[in-house]
Amino acid sequence: MNVLVYLVPLALALGGIGLAAFLWAMRNGQFDDLEGAGWRVISDDDLPESKG
Amino acid sequence: MSETQDFSIYVRHPAEGIAAMDLVVEGVHCGSCISTIEKGLSGERGIRGARVNLASKRVTVEWDEHTLAPAAILHRLEGLGYPAYPFATAKVDSVEALEEQRLLRCLGVAAFGAMNIMLISVSLWSGAARAEGFATRDFFHWLSALIALPIVAYAGRPFFDSALKAIKQHAFNMDVPITLGALLALLLSVVQTSKHEPEAYFDSAVMLLLFLLAGRYLDQRMRRQTRDVATNLAAIRAENAVKLIDGGEACEVPIAAISPGDLVLVRAGERVAVDGLVEEGRSEVDQSLVTGETAVTPVAAGSNVYAGTMNVTGALRVRVRRAATGTLLDEVNALLERAIEQRSSYVKLADRAARIYAPVVHLTALTTFLGWIAFGLNWQQALVIAITVLIITCPCALGLAVPAVQVVAASAMFRRGVLLNSGDALERLAEIDTVVFDKTGTLTLPKPILANKDDIAPEDLALAGTLALASKHPLAKAVAAAAGATTPSTAHEFPGQGVTMLHDGKRLKLGSVAFCQAEAEAVRVADAWPDASLIAFRGPKRVVVFAIRQARRADAREVVAVLLRAGLAVEILSGDRRSAVEGVARELSISRFNAGLNPAQKIARLKALRGMGHRVLMVGDGLNDAPALAAANVSISPISAAHLTQAQADAVFLGDPLAPVADAIFLARKAKRLMIENLWLSAIYNFIAVPIAIAGFATPLIAALAMSSSSILVTLNALRARAAKGAVR
Repeated sequence: MNVLVYLVPLALALGGIGLAAFLWAMRNGQFDDLEGAGWRVISDDDLPESKG
Repeated sequence: MSETQDFSIYVRHPAEGIAAMDLVVEGVHCGSCISTIEKGLSGERGIRGARVNLASKRVTVEWDEHTLAPAAILHRLEGLGYPAYPFATAKVDSVEALEEQRLLRCLGVAAFGAMNIMLISVSLWSGAARAEGFATRDFFHWLSALIALPIVAYAGRPFFDSALKAIKQHAFNMDVPITLGALLALLLSVVQTSKHEPEAYFDSAVMLLLFLLAGRYLDQRMRRQTRDVATNLAAIRAENAVKLIDGGEACEVPIAAISPGDLVLVRAGERVAVDGLVEEGRSEVDQSLVTGETAVTPVAAGSNVYAGTMNVTGALRVRVRRAATGTLLDEVNALLERAIEQRSSYVKLADRAARIYAPVVHLTALTTFLGWIAFGLNWQQALVIAITVLIITCPCALGLAVPAVQVVAASAMFRRGVLLNSGDALERLAEIDTVVFDKTGTLTLPKPILANKDDIAPEDLALAGTLALASKHPLAKAVAAAAGATTPSTAHEFPGQGVTMLHDGKRLKLGSVAFCQAEAEAVRVADAWPDASLIAFRGPKRVVVFAIRQARRADAREVVAVLLRAGLAVEILSGDRRSAVEGVARELSISRFNAGLNPAQKIARLKALRGMGHRVLMVGDGLNDAPALAAANVSISPISAAHLTQAQADAVFLGDPLAPVADAIFLARKAKRLMIENLWLSAIYNFIAVPIAIAGFATPLIAALAMSSSSILVTLNALRARAAKGAVR
């Protein structure tokens, strides 16, 4: 059972990282516009302008 | 006249030297719209950045202060093909958004907790403790406590706060038993663990909160989305006024920036935005929005004009007496507040259920406690069993029963073009037995149309149409629309009388019957169309009189028939003339109607109906209807309604058909049925689970299984509200 000594803190830490990431995303407004992000991916605004 | 626009009232200052503004943009629906707007604006000098929010159809623009005026941004967006409207975020909006964020945060925390506790609990249930000895079990329990205690303390706050508030007001809601259940589960578990007992309920407490928070978050999100749409619509329809600075220069400003004593210019065809005294000018004013009366009233210097009325024929200079606050609108508001207080006595279904549920459950727990003592158990053991009863009955399914249906039904209505304004509107809507319609703008379309088109020669109509384009009079607009005219003519306008132009050497006239000397013809037309307003045209060959009337909504007849078939009483209350109301009532086969009513009389009639024990739905749009909307049990407005009316209505419907009103009623009835079904489902669950708990056989595993299965059952049942069919197709 000695394995618990590091497995339990590890489980908690992993969950904690997930929670922290979720809270960070929320505070950053990642959930404010759930539709726009999907469209932004396919806009080619990083390509050089081609003429013609 | 050169004219500037001043929108500085909407500008925020997020940092020194930076200005920002939120705009509602029309017509944004895809990725290319995003990049067009963002690139188009970023190319402008001085603009620091623009960010489109596709979900809420809004754009936030930031620019260096003093480099450009807010109006320039609007013009630029207009040039890109996206008309934009500034809006000031109402306080309610930000409160709602904060509440949503808070619930989401609590939900995230509760999910983290549930995940980790379940990890431990599952290993305990599957026999880890038996294999490894009691020390391991206690260690796992203490670990669970370490996770559960802080998590419940944080994620349970929304429930604790609400329960505390209810108790302080000597009221009772579902959050009281929820709070009690969660806290008792934790307390019992801590005590049991410290005494090395085998059972602990930490997982139950956290899971309870997780399920309930998920339901509450979805509910809140639905409400916020609806409110966003309503705010956008309000912004698009927000009114500006033309302010005359020092009596000369004209500047267009939002109404919120007008103060008493200012001089404003109201041109023909514009809505009067303030209450005031006419200083200069002569015109006619259409007061239908305020009184429901469709005839126009003449005004001149010295007359009073009121916010919400339409200036029809000539330009007016108005000295502002009361601006956005303190107008006639506000007096209507005062009437409103009194009416709303009377409605607030409504008790929500969920709270009613809580009122029955709590005493029954608490009595059961007490009886269990006393019963086991009588059976010879010591008081600690009896108490443990009694608390287990409380944990098992913890109203998880009960707490989800109503909100789950609300969320599903509200989004089903949303898709049918009905926006719900208040949470308990569904329940009130389901209970109605009488539907009261306003006439103007509700049963009829907001814009009048030409009624006797078939009697008029096409060439006369075409000529009258081009002439009508030159006028801003609403009757002339209806003629122009009927003729499909697009090219205006160079016409001369005689304010208050009509317009004239030369055509092939002949003088054509369009205007009042007297202006065109069409009295003889007018009598004949008035006989045929008693409820219409008349406008005459003196053409090259003959004199024509147009009958302009409000058209029924295309499906009004069907909808009324459906309502009558469903056993609802239908009635019209209108401020308009008797003859006009009678015509519509006959067309729709509505036998009960009252005409020529003022707002107070409408309220009196609604009160009388309610006094007779009827539950009344009021459907209306006019400003004069706002208090009546509030006096009814529940109310619906068309989206064309005055802003204030919408704010008071429980629901708003979009578009020209009237069908959403019937849809809303039938969806609400279905939703109510599902809510009651759900309440019964959770009651049945309790009938099964409680005896097990009373007998002392309940374990944390049984509690967890029972709680999640009943919650899922209730949620699945709620999803059936989506499938409801429309009433009229």
